[in-house]
Amino acid sequence: MNKENAVAEKDHAHSKSAPFITITKRDSSSLKRNIVVRVIAILAALAVSALITLFITGENPIELFKTVIDGAFGQFRIWGTAQSVAMLLGIALALTPAFKMKFWNTGGEGQVLIGALASALVMMTAKDLPHWLASILVILAGVTAGAIWGIIPAVFKAYWKTNETLFTLMMNYVAIQLIKYFLKVADGSGSSTVGPSLLQYGRLPVLFDQQYMLNIIVVAVMTVMMYIYLKISKHGYEISVVGESENTAKYIGINVKKVVIRTMALSGALCGLIGVLLVGATSYSIDPNLAGGNGFTAIMVSWLAKFNPIIMIFTTLLIVVLSRGAENVSMTLGLNKSFSDILTGIILFFIIGCEFFINYKIHFNIAKKSNEEAEGNGNN
Amino acid sequence: MSETVSEKFALQLRTVTKAFGTKVIANKNVDLDVHYGEVLAILGENGSGKTTLMNMIAGIYHPDAGEIYVNGEKASINSPKDAFKYRIGMVHQHFKLVDLFTATENIILGINDGNKFDIASAEKEVKSISDKYGFVINPKKKIYEMSVSEKQTVEIIKVLYRGADILILDEPTAVLTPQETEKLFDVIRNMRNDGKSILIITHKLHEVLAISDRVSVLRKGEHIATVNTAETNEIELTEMMVGKKVSLNIGRSEPKDTCDRLIVSGINMTNTEGVKVLKDISFTAKAGEILGIAGIAGSGQRELLEAIAGLRPLDDGNITYINPVNSEQVELRSKSPMQIRELGVRLSFVPEDRLGMGLVGNMDIIDNMMLRSYKKGRSVFVDRKPPRQLADEIIESLEVVTPNAQTPVRRLSGGNVQKVLVGREIASAPSVLMVAYPVRGLDINSSYTIYNLLNAQKENGVAVIYVGEDLDVLLELCDRIIVLCAGSVSGVLDGRTAKKEEVGLLMTKVKGVGENE
Repeated sequence: MNKENAVAEKDHAHSKSAPFITITKRDSSSLKRNIVVRVIAILAALAVSALITLFITGENPIELFKTVIDGAFGQFRIWGTAQSVAMLLGIALALTPAFKMKFWNTGGEGQVLIGALASALVMMTAKDLPHWLASILVILAGVTAGAIWGIIPAVFKAYWKTNETLFTLMMNYVAIQLIKYFLKVADGSGSSTVGPSLLQYGRLPVLFDQQYMLNIIVVAVMTVMMYIYLKISKHGYEISVVGESENTAKYIGINVKKVVIRTMALSGALCGLIGVLLVGATSYSIDPNLAGGNGFTAIMVSWLAKFNPIIMIFTTLLIVVLSRGAENVSMTLGLNKSFSDILTGIILFFIIGCEFFINYKIHFNIAKKSNEEAEGNGNN
Repeated sequence: MSETVSEKFALQLRTVTKAFGTKVIANKNVDLDVHYGEVLAILGENGSGKTTLMNMIAGIYHPDAGEIYVNGEKASINSPKDAFKYRIGMVHQHFKLVDLFTATENIILGINDGNKFDIASAEKEVKSISDKYGFVINPKKKIYEMSVSEKQTVEIIKVLYRGADILILDEPTAVLTPQETEKLFDVIRNMRNDGKSILIITHKLHEVLAISDRVSVLRKGEHIATVNTAETNEIELTEMMVGKKVSLNIGRSEPKDTCDRLIVSGINMTNTEGVKVLKDISFTAKAGEILGIAGIAGSGQRELLEAIAGLRPLDDGNITYINPVNSEQVELRSKSPMQIRELGVRLSFVPEDRLGMGLVGNMDIIDNMMLRSYKKGRSVFVDRKPPRQLADEIIESLEVVTPNAQTPVRRLSGGNVQKVLVGREIASAPSVLMVAYPVRGLDINSSYTIYNLLNAQKENGVAVIYVGEDLDVLLELCDRIIVLCAGSVSGVLDGRTAKKEEVGLLMTKVKGVGENE
């Protein structure tokens, strides 16, 4: 009979029929295993990068890694690295409260730029004010502008449920266009930046004769404050509840709209503050590329650190060391700049990919006895 | 105990084992024999592995070890399609139907037998199947126009249409009224008399006794025993399910010193889709009694409680709270939960959706305790000391099984999650306590813990409002019962004298007008 045939066929295939790989979510995570997995991931990333370097360029991999380290921590580069870390970390910290609330603020870039633009406007025009007042105005203008750039998408999200990812993303381009317009108006020469000669007033002080010192101190303070804010403040608690479950937040009487708008105001304001630092304390110039994509890179930094401000120091360091090291590689070894991008890509791939092994467990059903003798095992 | 494998049996399982991850063993060495033409009840508490076992027979999971035999032949079932080859079909607890399609279209969906698509003859066949077994169904009716019981009928016919001789029904009565349940049982008997084998998953004992020929009891994934229904009783079955003697009585004390506590009068509500979900509802909850709210799922229970808790706006009507301290009347309508609390109204609410509303799954027990109290004090920082103490107290007094108070609540089992939630809500010393489906998914012991807690609150003079689905429990626990039907109150009954059938009738009766569906 037909049916019996079918059964017999199936029977034959039985031993192969169990799925070969099963993936299950880990129900607990031990710190030790997490560290081991991450170390393995980094080692594997370095090994693969070394192999690829060797095969494609013929360069000595050891030499390459030396160049990377030198590019980040070398004598003339360490301050630049510190500045890059401070700026990237600052933006990542600014985005974090929004992310904790599951508000996907992809508008960090625009919030930084608009803050910078507002500061630049003050720096250009505040010529009759005393210096200290101009400085305060520079800060206030930048922070307020950033906050407004954050509040706009938050209000739309809170009241009309618009998609915050797209909204904040598009706000970036508005900010960029505004800066382009500012370039045209402020500096009629057609130059692509508005430079120090025009942005004279209210510049922030240079501490300890070190151009970047103010930035570093501000961001260091921000890191500690943000950690405390998220961990033990009432606001921080509300942010976590709203992020985890809006229904629970409503149920216990948290005003969700208020929390969303307040948190985005904070997120935008801190981005704006970074903009202030970039224009008012660092370069005294502004152009559409001022944030240099850090508004986007910061998203990754914040995520990699699982929104923990302290761990964020290390994830920022990792990203900055990689990119500055890669820069150095292309300069000193005479390789194409794309090659350093390849290396950065490989390393990030491993670091992000290892999260899978931290969260999931993989079982291989190899050589399982197909019949009666197979004991009920229960520990598969 | 189990018979040898032979063609005398419709279905046999031998040492079937299935584990999820390393810790959860859903089924362990389960042997099961199913005769031709019998109704076999699969009985067990939540989490005892009933559904997993059935899912393996239906091809949704693959056993880690063990074999399944159909008609005495070893079967390899890797997908629901395979299962149909062996004439096995399963009706899941949650229906899988396309709303915009008719009954017949849903039934033939996915069949690819090489024949021409012919809806007319399919309809004829559907008609003949329903006549044969006594289903009442209009093959041309669209799913979205159907009641829950009609949808279930479609699901069962879908399985029969594909030629199933072994039918698995997962908690089929959970969504039905007593009357609908009776009709379903008639159909099941007809199918059995036609020689089909029916496996019915349930945890309701009286239904097991009413419908099944034999009962297989599972406990913690293991097969405990299979007994003839005629030779057993509720107490014996419970013992097998739980593993120890359990008293099945809910002590109900006479209400003392009752006085009005919460007066709901003439409230109406329209939801965001513009549908009227509450229609002119009035009732009074009294201190010192348990007020039950019965009704088919989705009759407005959720909306009613959320309206009282200040989570949903009303169209009109009043909700008046009478303060036990000074008998002052407080109007709760259009107040937010925070405003209600600031008015000194001690209202606690255990919502239906525990992890999605009552608690935050990813937060630990301490932070969940803090949900109600974090705002206390002027400081900008939260004080985790009192919630930590409360967490420890609740863990100890309610015997919450957890590694420690720092464990995220989503890692706890259903019963323990509920203990944490109920414990927190009771800790705020409420004068009104609303609970929605508080024992859903809980094992028998945890359920009785909850009943006892509610009774204790009632004896303390709290006005308890209990929304439940198990009519037996409602009748045993509540002093008065309000029956909701399609958003309006269709009756108020005395919990001590009401009959189950009476409640059942009210559940489907719209005030004055007979319902047509």
